[in-house]
Amino acid sequence: MENAQVVTANNIKEKNEQKSKSLWRHAFETLMKDKMAVMAIVIFIVYSIIALLTSVDIIAGDWAKEVGASYSPPSAENWFGTDIFGRSVVAKTLKGTQVAMSIGLFTASISAVIGIILGSIAGYYGGKVDEIIVWFYTTFSSIPGIMLLVAITFILGKGLVAVYLALGLTSWVSLCRLIRGEVIRHKDREYVHAATAIGGKDFRKLFKHILPNVLHIVIINFSLQFQVAIKSEVILSYLGLGVQGRPSWGTMIDDAKLELARGVWWQLAAATFAMFVIVLALNILGDALRDALDPKLKGK
Amino acid sequence: MNIWVYVLRRLLYVVPILLGVCLIIFVLFNVVAGDPTHLLLGKHATAKQMAELRHELGLDRPWFFQYLDLVKSAFTFDFGRSWSTKQTISSMISEGAIPSLTLTIPGFVLTTVFSVSLSLLVAFYRGSFFDRFSVFICVGLMSISSLAYILFGQWFFAYYLGWFEISGYDSGFPNWVPYVQLPVLIWIILSIGPDLRFFRTIMLDEVYQDYVRTARSKGLGEKVILFKHVLKNAMIPIITYVVIQIPFLILGALLIESFFGIPGLGGITLNAINSSDFPVIRAMTVLSAVAYIIFSVITDVLYTIVDPRVRLK
Repeated sequence: MENAQVVTANNIKEKNEQKSKSLWRHAFETLMKDKMAVMAIVIFIVYSIIALLTSVDIIAGDWAKEVGASYSPPSAENWFGTDIFGRSVVAKTLKGTQVAMSIGLFTASISAVIGIILGSIAGYYGGKVDEIIVWFYTTFSSIPGIMLLVAITFILGKGLVAVYLALGLTSWVSLCRLIRGEVIRHKDREYVHAATAIGGKDFRKLFKHILPNVLHIVIINFSLQFQVAIKSEVILSYLGLGVQGRPSWGTMIDDAKLELARGVWWQLAAATFAMFVIVLALNILGDALRDALDPKLKGK
Repeated sequence: MNIWVYVLRRLLYVVPILLGVCLIIFVLFNVVAGDPTHLLLGKHATAKQMAELRHELGLDRPWFFQYLDLVKSAFTFDFGRSWSTKQTISSMISEGAIPSLTLTIPGFVLTTVFSVSLSLLVAFYRGSFFDRFSVFICVGLMSISSLAYILFGQWFFAYYLGWFEISGYDSGFPNWVPYVQLPVLIWIILSIGPDLRFFRTIMLDEVYQDYVRTARSKGLGEKVILFKHVLKNAMIPIITYVVIQIPFLILGALLIESFFGIPGLGGITLNAINSSDFPVIRAMTVLSAVAYIIFSVITDVLYTIVDPRVRLK
């Protein structure tokens, strides 16, 4: 389905440059040649599988079970020791993957949807509509993100959905700005005029013709937002606005503020390490995607 | 177009933004967040007490006047009193600004100097192992939660090794120095990753420009090109990036201040969040938005002055 769209959008271009590879094909090949990027993709897939399996309780389903004394240090049975209630830190870290990955996914999706819709409408229609949307996001971005986060979670209450919404609603401005700029660059191109000539409606031109050509920005931004959201969850947990009643890396790191003075370092270490690996992978993937997808860098 | 006309136009554009910021803040805190009297008086308040308090806080007035008050406070900086400490918020702000600045200015200046010099070095060795290694370190540093740095740094360097003060603050010049050393160090580690990466991109953008090729074909050495030509041109985006960060220095560092007991604006904000002290949160939000708007105007104007290629439309 997605491929079909890309093919239609690139048809005109491809007729001009005979037998040139499509942007996506080129990007895929570049990405696969980059060993670090392949590693990052593998890590992302492994984390996603862990997140899926923990959500159906195949692994770490018994994270709430007491497996040893309170705060027992790392040992052969419990690699990362136990927490205050004697629960396995490894199981909690695995269970936390689910929260982290879902926060990344939903936050990045919410901000992508808002960013794409507002950005493409502003860029395509221009005029008053554009002015209003630009005014709106300039206003919005003048307020510090952390204050908006706090205000939104105050209003929505606590819980996972509130975290998704708060992080998603505060992170769409940069994507919106980029999409708007790209749509303005594209809307007077020949292929759009051609679409007008055969009677294409605005909606169709925007979403079927222009959007596939700016989609690379969305993908790069998605991987960026994904990891920013995972990191932001820690701050929300510290402010007491994070997820409740289930383990998350944020609450585990936050717990460490009382534990470290007693020499309990393993909960902080486990959560920080789990987070480090996925955030690093997403950072590397984001850079690799940028190198592979940015047409300006093509051929360099 | 005359530069002053541009400045004036840019300032006029601030008005709708400022009104919009106040509107969003007003909607969030006064409309959606609901009646704060429950929060203030507790569960057993009588209707009469609540009505009196509402009158005292001015919440029984038409919403339009309440909105105007908020807009007015953005200019007068008169934000009323804190609910929890009963102090006037403007005095809290003026007391908190200095401790915040003793932490943020050294951190900011050191990070900027370090990362600009490092980025020149990295641009000099572009494409080499050193270049890729430093990018990897930057990304690695950025992949760890800021809270983890603070917790670990405080525990390891201050508590375990005893090299620094664990927490606390003392006003007056030499007195505060020992208390901000570790916080400044953590600030640098937190911000060097993104900064160095950003400055490296700027440097590399410049390195491939035509004027660099010209300079090289004239026979100039790589060092002269880098320090005399590239750095000068790279200063434009660097200045923009640096100036826009200045308002955030006054606001301090939320997490670092609260962990190290520095009585700055960041710590005040965090306490207000923890105790649902709406007027303080609202005041800090207005203050930071106003600071951000002012500095983005300054950045834009500086940009047109520094770079004659930017045409004023």
